[in-house]
Amino acid sequence: MANMNELANLVKELEEQLVTCIRCGMCQSVCPLFEQTRKEADVARGKLALLTGLMDNIFSDPDGVNERLNRCLLCGSCAANCPSGVNVLEIFIKARAILAEYKGLSPAKQLIFKKMLANPGTFDTLVAWAGKFQGLFAKPDDNAQGTSCARLVSPLLADRHFLPLAKTPFHKEIPKDGFRKKGKKLKAAIFTGCLIDKVFPNVARSAIKVLDHHGVGMSIPAGQGCCGIPALASGDRETFTRLVDHNLALFRQERFDVLVTACATCTSTIKKLWPSVYKDASSGVKEQLTELAGKTMDINQFIVDNVAPELSEAGATPDQAAEVVTYHDPCHLKKSLGVSAQPRALVRAAGCNLKEMSGSDKCCGMGGSFNVYHYDLSASIGQIKQENIAATSATTLATGCPACMMQISDMLAKGKANIRVRHPLELYAEHLENTNR
Amino acid sequence: MITKAIVDRLKEIVGPENVLTQREDMLTYSYDAAVLDAKMPAAAVMPGNTEEIGDVVTVCHENSIPLTVRGAGTNLSGGTIPENTGLVMLTGRLNKIIEINEADMYAVVQPGVVTATLAAAVEAKGLFYPPDPGSQAVSTLGGNVAENAGGLRGLKYGVTKDYVMGLRFFDARGNYVKTGSRTVKCATGYNITGLMVGSEGTLGVLDEITLKLIPAPAARHSLVAVYDTIDQASETVAAIIAARIVPATLEILDNFTIRAVEDFSKAGLPVEAAALLLIEVDGHPAVVKEEGEKVEALCKKMGAASINVAQTDEERDKIWAARRSALSALAKLKPTLVLEDATVPRSKIPDMVKSLQEIAERYQIDIGTFGHAGDGNLHPTILTDKRNTEEFHRVEAAIEEIFDRALALGGTLSGEHGTGIAKAPFLEKEAGYSSILFSRQLRAALDPKNILNPGKITGVSTD
Repeated sequence: MANMNELANLVKELEEQLVTCIRCGMCQSVCPLFEQTRKEADVARGKLALLTGLMDNIFSDPDGVNERLNRCLLCGSCAANCPSGVNVLEIFIKARAILAEYKGLSPAKQLIFKKMLANPGTFDTLVAWAGKFQGLFAKPDDNAQGTSCARLVSPLLADRHFLPLAKTPFHKEIPKDGFRKKGKKLKAAIFTGCLIDKVFPNVARSAIKVLDHHGVGMSIPAGQGCCGIPALASGDRETFTRLVDHNLALFRQERFDVLVTACATCTSTIKKLWPSVYKDASSGVKEQLTELAGKTMDINQFIVDNVAPELSEAGATPDQAAEVVTYHDPCHLKKSLGVSAQPRALVRAAGCNLKEMSGSDKCCGMGGSFNVYHYDLSASIGQIKQENIAATSATTLATGCPACMMQISDMLAKGKANIRVRHPLELYAEHLENTNR
Repeated sequence: MITKAIVDRLKEIVGPENVLTQREDMLTYSYDAAVLDAKMPAAAVMPGNTEEIGDVVTVCHENSIPLTVRGAGTNLSGGTIPENTGLVMLTGRLNKIIEINEADMYAVVQPGVVTATLAAAVEAKGLFYPPDPGSQAVSTLGGNVAENAGGLRGLKYGVTKDYVMGLRFFDARGNYVKTGSRTVKCATGYNITGLMVGSEGTLGVLDEITLKLIPAPAARHSLVAVYDTIDQASETVAAIIAARIVPATLEILDNFTIRAVEDFSKAGLPVEAAALLLIEVDGHPAVVKEEGEKVEALCKKMGAASINVAQTDEERDKIWAARRSALSALAKLKPTLVLEDATVPRSKIPDMVKSLQEIAERYQIDIGTFGHAGDGNLHPTILTDKRNTEEFHRVEAAIEEIFDRALALGGTLSGEHGTGIAKAPFLEKEAGYSSILFSRQLRAALDPKNILNPGKITGVSTD
C-alpha cells in the first residue's frame, strides 16, 4: 500500500470544503444514525473531523476512517440542517472515492460494479436470469406489501422481507428502439432508473399514463443504464463515469424540454452529483452535464409545477370517507431537492385523504448499500418509520422513491401492518383510470 | 495511564460495546465547538445507569485518571476538551426524562436529555422550561447545568441556575451526593446545588437533575424596531429597562449581521438599517397589551425609523427564525467563527456596542454583533480563517481587548459560555488572585488527585 502521506495529499482536494465545518454539532439533532448509536463518529461532525485527521496524516492506516465513513445513510439530513452550509454529501462521496481509489475496491464490489453494473446490457440479462430463479430461494409472504422472505436461512438475506423482481422489467415492455410519443406542448424524456425498471415497472407505466393524460410528449430511450449512485457510494468513480457517459450519450440523441425521473435518488444524483463529481473536466462533458442537470426534475414536481398547476389546489377539502394515505418524504426529494408539496398534491388529486405522520421527513433507514452492510441499524431506523406510519391508521403509504418503497415494504411486512406501498404517480394514475372509465 | 487492565475493567462495567479506544474514535472526542486546539483522550465510555457512572468514577479515582464528561460537545469555551491521558464519559445513553411532576411543577432528568426534548415534553403539559441556549436542539441538560447555560430569555426568566432545584452526583472519590430538594424552599446544609451549577465537571459527575418548571405564559407580543444608528437601538434597550419593563426577549442585530441574515434567509430584513431590535413581551394578555404599547412608544421616542408588530403567529415565528439564523448566516461567511459572550450591566450596552465597533476598526477584523442586549449579553462574532495566522493573532488581541472593555464597564468575561480552557487564563483579571486561590483550594480538597476535568476554570492543565 502506498504511504499515508500520499493519501493525505489526495484528501487535501477537500480542504476548502472541510474547513467550513465549525464543529457546532447541530447535525446531531437530525442524524438518524446518531439517534440510534449516540456515537460522534456516526454523525457528520465526527466524520468531517476524521477526514481532517486523514488530511493531517495522523493515522497509520486508512481502514478505520474508511469503515466509519461508510457508516452513513447519505440521507443529507445533516447538510439540510447545517448552519455553515457544509456540502456534506459531496465531501463524503468524494472522500469515499479517494479512499476506494487508494485502497482498491473489494473483489465483490469489483465484480458487481465493474463487471455488471457498468455494462447495462449484461446487468439487465443477469437480473432477468435472477428473476426466473427467485422462486427457488424465496417464498411470497402473501401480504399487502407483496414481499417475500428467504426459504432457507441465508446470511445475506437475514430476515428481510424483500420485494420480488418484476416478471417483466419495464424496458421489455417498450419497443426495442425506445418509446416515443408526441404531445401538445412540453416534451419530457424519462430516465427510468434500475429499481423502477426491475422491481416497480408499474411506476413507469403510471408515469406514461399520467404524462399522456396531460398531453405531455414523451421519449424513453432504450438501453438506459444505472444512474451510478450505487457505484459512487462505494467510491467507484470509474464505473460511475462510464455509466454517466453511457446515459449522457443516449439522452443527447433525444429532443426534450425536461428530463424527469420518478426516483428521488436518480433525480438527485443526476442534478447534483453528475456535474459535481464527474472527473474529466477537459472534455466538455461537465458543461453538458450541468446543462442536463438544469433540465432535470422530479416527475411529481414537473407535473404539479409545470404541467397542471391546478393540481396544487386539488383535494383541499378531502372526502373523509376516502382512503387514508400517508406520505413519506424521501431524503433525496425533500432534503436534497426541496420537493415536498408536489407529491402530496398528487396524492390529494388522486382523491385520497392525506393524513400526515409525525416525522414524515425522517429517513427510512435505507441508504442503499447501508442497508446491505448495516442491516440491523437500517432496520432500527426503519422501525421508527413503520411505527409513525402505523399510528396514522392509513391503509396506503405513498412515497416518491423506489428505494424508500423497498425499505418501508420490508418494515411494514415485519410489523405485520396491512398497509400497501405506492408511488404518488401510481395513485394518481389509478384515479385517472377510474374516473375516465 | 489507561492500561489494558483498566480498559478491561471499564468493559466489565459498561459492556465492551460501550468502551471506545481506537484512535479514530478518540479523534472524534478531541474537540468541541470552541476554537481551540484538539486533544485526543485515551478512551471513552458510555455508561447506561447510575451504578455504571459510579463505578467508572471509582476506577478513575483509584487509578488517577483524568475524567471529562461530554454531552453533545457544543461547548464554546473548551470545557469538553479532554486530557490526552484521560477518559471521556459520554452521556448519550443517559437520556431518560425520569419524571415530570405537574402538581409540584418540577422535572427529574438524566444528564443526557436534550434541552429541546425536555422543553417540548413539558410544553405538551402546559408547563414551561425557559432556558433556551442557541444549541438547545442538541445540547444536553447535564451540559447546560455544568456550564450554567443561558439563552434568549435570560432577561425575564433567568438562566439554567435559576431552574436547578436539586442534583445527585458522584464526587471525585465515587461517593454519591444528594443536594437540594423537590420543594420550592430548602434550607438544609450548604447550597451545594448552587456550587455545582457552572462547575464544568470539575467538582462531580452528574447523575440526576431536578429542574423547576413554571406555567407557560398566556399571551405573547413580538415586534421589530428598525434604526438608522446603532446608538439609537442600544439607547432604546437602556430606556426600556429604565421604564421598568422586562421583556421576555430583547435582542439586537447590527448591520453586518442583518446583511448576513438577509443574504442567507431572504426574510425581507431592511439591509440598510444600522440595527434592529427584536422584542417580545409575554404574560397575562392585559399586561402584554399594555407593555407592548409602552415598548412601541419608547422605540419611537428613541428614534426608531419604523416598527413592525407581528400580527399572527407566523409573523412572530418569522421574526425569531431570523434571529435564530444569525449565527448560521454569519458562519457561512468565513471558515472560522469565534463567538464571544462578554457581558456588561445592561445599562452599559450603548458603551459596549461602541467599544466593539472601535475594536473591529482598530484590529481590522470582521465582527458581527448580535445578542441578548436586554440582559447585557452581546455576542460579538469574529469571522476569520484560523489558517491565516497573522490575522488570527489580531483576532486574539481583539478578544483580549473585548474582555478588558467588558470588565472596565463592570461586566464579566462570559455571560453563558463558561470559563473552560478559553477564558481560564483571563479569570484572574475579573475575579482577582484570591478568588482563584479559593477555587483551587476548594478543588484540591474535594478532588485531591485532580481527576475531574483538569485544566478547566482554575487554569493549568496537567499535560
